Amino acid sequence: MRKRSTRTFLPNKKAAYLLALLFLAVSVFIGTAVGTIHVPFRDIALILSHHLIGTNLYLDTSIDNIVWKIRFPRVVLAGLIGASLAIAGAAFQGLLRNPLADPYTLGVSSGASVGAVLVLFFHISIPFLGGFTLPAVSVAAAIVTIFCVLLFAQTIERSMKLETIILTGIIFSSFLGSFISLMIALTGEELRQIINWLLGSVSMRGWPYVQLMTPFFITGALMLMYMAPELNAMSFGEEKAKHLGVNVQRKKMLVLIAGSVLTGAAVAVSGTIGFVGLVVPHFVRLLIGPDHRHLLPLSMITGAGFLILADLTARTIVSPTELPIGVITSLVGAPVFALILLNKKRKGGVA
Amino acid sequence: MLQATELSGGYGSGLIVRGVSFSVQKGELFGILGPNGSGKTTLLNMISGLTRPESGTVAVKGKMVDSYTPKELARVVAVLPQMTSSQFAYTVKETVSLGRYAHQTGFFKSWTQEDETAVQEAMKQTGTSSFAEKPLSALSGGERQRVFLAQALAQEPEILLLDEPTNHLDLSYQKELLDLLKSMTANGLTVISIFHDLNLSSLYCDRLLLMDAGQIHTIGTPADIMVEQHIQDVYDTDVQKQPHPEVPKPQMSLLPNMPALAEVDIHEGLLEHQPDYIAIRPPVPLKALSSGVIGAGWGWRSAFVNRHVDKSYNMEHFEEEAAAFFAGKGFDLNETVGMMTAVKMEDAAWRMERQEDVSVFAVATAGVGNAVDVTQPRSSWKKQITPGTINIWVFANGKLSEEAFVQGLMTATEAKVKALADAGVTDRETGTMATGTSTDSLLIAATQRGAYQQFAGSITPLGIAIGRAVYEAVTESLQKTTKRRENL
Repeated sequence: MRKRSTRTFLPNKKAAYLLALLFLAVSVFIGTAVGTIHVPFRDIALILSHHLIGTNLYLDTSIDNIVWKIRFPRVVLAGLIGASLAIAGAAFQGLLRNPLADPYTLGVSSGASVGAVLVLFFHISIPFLGGFTLPAVSVAAAIVTIFCVLLFAQTIERSMKLETIILTGIIFSSFLGSFISLMIALTGEELRQIINWLLGSVSMRGWPYVQLMTPFFITGALMLMYMAPELNAMSFGEEKAKHLGVNVQRKKMLVLIAGSVLTGAAVAVSGTIGFVGLVVPHFVRLLIGPDHRHLLPLSMITGAGFLILADLTARTIVSPTELPIGVITSLVGAPVFALILLNKKRKGGVA
Repeated sequence: MLQATELSGGYGSGLIVRGVSFSVQKGELFGILGPNGSGKTTLLNMISGLTRPESGTVAVKGKMVDSYTPKELARVVAVLPQMTSSQFAYTVKETVSLGRYAHQTGFFKSWTQEDETAVQEAMKQTGTSSFAEKPLSALSGGERQRVFLAQALAQEPEILLLDEPTNHLDLSYQKELLDLLKSMTANGLTVISIFHDLNLSSLYCDRLLLMDAGQIHTIGTPADIMVEQHIQDVYDTDVQKQPHPEVPKPQMSLLPNMPALAEVDIHEGLLEHQPDYIAIRPPVPLKALSSGVIGAGWGWRSAFVNRHVDKSYNMEHFEEEAAAFFAGKGFDLNETVGMMTAVKMEDAAWRMERQEDVSVFAVATAGVGNAVDVTQPRSSWKKQITPGTINIWVFANGKLSEEAFVQGLMTATEAKVKALADAGVTDRETGTMATGTSTDSLLIAATQRGAYQQFAGSITPLGIAIGRAVYEAVTESLQKTTKRRENL
């Protein structure tokens, strides 16, 4: 039996939200401030207020450019991606009743990756989309993938048990993964480009990518948060959820689609960034418990802060070279996750 | 309230439930019984709308179960499955609160005072309030089961479906849970529950449905179901029916499949003679029906003691005193039949009688200082405290039916009366023939091995043996006590 102490509750939920928001704010400021040119926090605050609420600005325009045109959009994008991956991870874990589930389990990210790699490989450029061809194709591929997975699962079994969905996801994942490998093998000079994309990065994206990401993020996140009570019920099993009055079939579908949209958009914009969707919800759950009504928003906020810091590390640690952000999240995420698991094992409980 | 019509269905290929029809009235506690694999859970899943029947219909409150939306159905029907688990450490309160899901409406699903009251009430009823803030994973299986019951009750359903609700509960919580359900049916809740335990379901249910291989074997009151033949048919197991000691509901006892037992003989050689008591400790426990100071009534007993007490023995607290005495002599009070008499132990007499396939060993101590003719009108019995007792033990080496025990009591009593008559013992108050004394005790104990004796009436082998043995033993003991009195 697990002891009560293994679930360390913060004294109340308000404190948890304050703490998470503080963490996010600090991450945003540090993420914007640190770089080859250091920008003081006060200047950042001035620049942000100038652009957001129109106060006067008396600073050097080059600083303004660095902050507003380069660093801040990058921080915002990293934040959006972190938030998307974390909330999607939390939702998938609740839905699949498996604390080790992850936005990547269902093959969504592989689908998105195939879309992106196809664009890189064939140098596809869709008219009117131009530079957005890659993310657009990628999101589309992610959504197509999740529908293929669901369709396939439904063909196997009409009631679409979660086990079936997971298995189908894994099959699709490996199948699509082999496609990527095939294209890498056939590639000549684009190899580095593809690998770089696969490892994930948020550099040199700018505001357009933020604009691209935002609608997907808002839709997906709102859908998931609205379904928090259903996720609570479904984490006791589909049958129990049905007895409690949840329209399991429909809600399950909605959660899967919302989660895939979030994951697909994140992968499309930044490549595959692992472990955020796994570690962040896990960590938040340890602090405030598994109630999805709080777990989802808190995972979102914390995930955003986490990825901003990860990106900061990626671009500063071996400056001037930039590491792919996926390397950092995996370097940090995997050992932290291993520690959490070990700790659990020692205390003799299951997640 | 609930009407199932010609229900058939199952998982995958093949029907597990075939053509089951029944109806349950409002406020009923309805039990579903049957061996493993007889389709109980499948039936319950079809009633709860979880599994769609292949054919047939389920109507809840006159409306087809599949025409309800999930939320509407959850407000009418709550289900407690055998086992619910979560990978996540939800607290008890959070878990119970999920029961309110179907009652929360509107875009923001706000938590109302009504929701809070229902949750608190459900936790109070199931005794889970005390660990409301603990995570589920810190609870025992039984505690968890009660939490999920609280969750189901928080749904404020009109029909509660349970799948073996007492499975993980210890004895006291089984009783509490069923008492709770019973009291809630009085308030109009309808309960349909699968049971594994025949006796529990017989005790609590208004009606029972006995399933056999996916079909209804019998449906009716516990008395209709709890028929030895039905249970043997369905479970293919030997059982014996008995009345419940307090409640007019039948109970079933399992008959373990024991190897044929070696016969055991109770005989003179087993008698232990002590100055203040005689005892028999048979090599195996005997099934005994007796009156006595301790160990009276039915029981399996492994020691029989007849103790001498002085004429001036204080009768006020005789039970405590006697218990202390027997315990002090090393007798296990739970397994001993103890009697007391003022008769000296030297005056005890015994007799072995054999008739055909059965033998009887009788032991008697007879004192008639207090002889009474029970047929004469008499004012008071309570005042009378002069000891003077006939204690009779009858040991039958055979397998006796309960009928034989009762007839054995009659036969032994008849033999005693005849012995008193032949000895010319009279009731001093009325001067008529005495039929016994005011404090006689009688024991019939059987080895329950060897030949089966269904009857012990006066012309059966067992009856003849009892009559002869008791008559001879009582007569001889009377002679001894009479001689002792004359010598005084």
